[in-house]
Amino acid sequence: MPRSTGIKRFAGMLAAGTFMLFSAGALSDSVVTPGSKASGMDACVAPTAEMRRYHMEYLKHDRDKTVHEGIRGLKNSLAGCVDCHAAKDGNSGYASINADGQFCDKCHNYMAVTLACFQCHRKTPADPGASSAGTAKENQGHAFGLLLDQGESATLTEKERAQFQALVREE
Amino acid sequence: MSNKDDRPDMKRREFIGKTVLAAGAASVVPGVLLTVAKAGGENPGVSSDVRYGLLIDTNKCADDCTACVDACNRENGIDVMERPKGQSDDDWNGQRPQWIRKVRLKDMQTGEITNLPMMCQHCEFPPCVDVCPTGASFKRADGIAMVDRHTCIGCRYCMMACPYKARSFIHQNVARQLVNAPRGKGCVESCNLCVHRIDAGDMTTACQEACAKDGHQAIVFGDLKDPDSKLAKLLKKQSSRQIRADLELNTGVRYTNV
Repeated sequence: MPRSTGIKRFAGMLAAGTFMLFSAGALSDSVVTPGSKASGMDACVAPTAEMRRYHMEYLKHDRDKTVHEGIRGLKNSLAGCVDCHAAKDGNSGYASINADGQFCDKCHNYMAVTLACFQCHRKTPADPGASSAGTAKENQGHAFGLLLDQGESATLTEKERAQFQALVREE
Repeated sequence: MSNKDDRPDMKRREFIGKTVLAAGAASVVPGVLLTVAKAGGENPGVSSDVRYGLLIDTNKCADDCTACVDACNRENGIDVMERPKGQSDDDWNGQRPQWIRKVRLKDMQTGEITNLPMMCQHCEFPPCVDVCPTGASFKRADGIAMVDRHTCIGCRYCMMACPYKARSFIHQNVARQLVNAPRGKGCVESCNLCVHRIDAGDMTTACQEACAKDGHQAIVFGDLKDPDSKLAKLLKKQSSRQIRADLELNTGVRYTNV
C-alpha cells in the first residue's frame, strides 16, 4: 500500500470540506430564486422563518385593509412579494412567480398547497412602460427601495437599511 | 367602631376614593394613549366625509368618440385580456367585461341623438349590495361601490339587481392582469372610479382624463360632499338628473342635458 502522506490526507479533507461548504451554501440559498431582486437583499420584510410560517396571514389581513379601507402601501402586499421574488426569465421580462420551479411554486408544490392568488393577481412585476397612466402611481408607498428603477442598485442604502431594520424590530 | 358620633370615617373614605381613582387611571389611560398613538401614526383609510361622484354633460359627449371607453379598458387591463381559442365573435363581444359603455338615445320624433356614457352609478343605496349573499359587493365609506373578489362566489345576483347593467362577469381564465386590476374567472366586477388612483391621492379618473384630453370635457369627477369642489359647484349651478331617479337610489353619477 502506498504510504498515505499527510499532504494527501490534508488535500482530501480540504476537498471534502469545500464540497460540504458549497453544498450547505446551496441548500440554505435555495429559498430565494436566483436572478430575483430578493437574491440581492439581506432579508424579507420579516425574518425568513416568520415569513414561511405566517406570510399567508399577513397577506390576508392587509388585503382586507386595502380593499375595504383603501389603505395601500402596507408592509405586506402581494405586489411587494412579486416585485422582489420574481426572477428574470433570461429575455427582457420576468418569469411568472407561480410557474414551475419559481419562488411560490417551489414550496407550495412540495407542501401540496394550492396557490389561488395568481388566478386573479399579476404574476410578474408591473411593466415600467405600462400603458395605463395609473401604473406609475401604483408604486407609491412601497418603501425601502424594494422597488427599483431601471439601473438602480439592488442593495439598500445605509438610510434605507436603518429604516428597514427599525421596521422589522418594531414588528 | 371607636367613633361614637355619626360622622363617617374620613380616612376610610379617602382610602377608597384614592384606590378607585388609581384603578380607574390604570385601566383607562393605556387605552386612551393607545388610541391617540394609533390615530397619529396609522393611515386612517377612507372616510365618509367625502363622497366621490361624476357629472356627465351629455351635450359635450361627441357621437363618434370612444375615448373614455378606451381609456377605461387600458387603465383596468380589459384590453390585455386574450380571446379564448375557438370562442365565437358573439360570445367574445358579449362576455368581455365592460366598465363603461356609451348608450345612444334617439328621439324618434325629432331624430335628436344623445350619448350617455354609462357605468356603475355608485348609488347611496346600492341594490347590488342588498342582494349579495356573501358581502363581497360592498360600498366603501367614500361612496364607491365595489366587489371584494376574495369573497365573491360569482352568483351574479348583483348583475341581476343592478338597474344600470353596470357589472360584468369573467367567464374564462385570464392570463394577464395589471397590478391595479386583478381579474380572474368566476368573479363579478365593475367601475370602481379608478380607486387605485384615488387611494394614491390622484383626483382624476381615466375616463375623465381621456375626455378632457380630447377636448370634450364632458366628464367631471369630484367630491359631492365638498361644496368647494368643481363637481359640487356645477351641480349647484345647473339642473342635473339621476338615471332612474324613481328608484331612489341616490346615484353618485349625475347627468345634465339628458
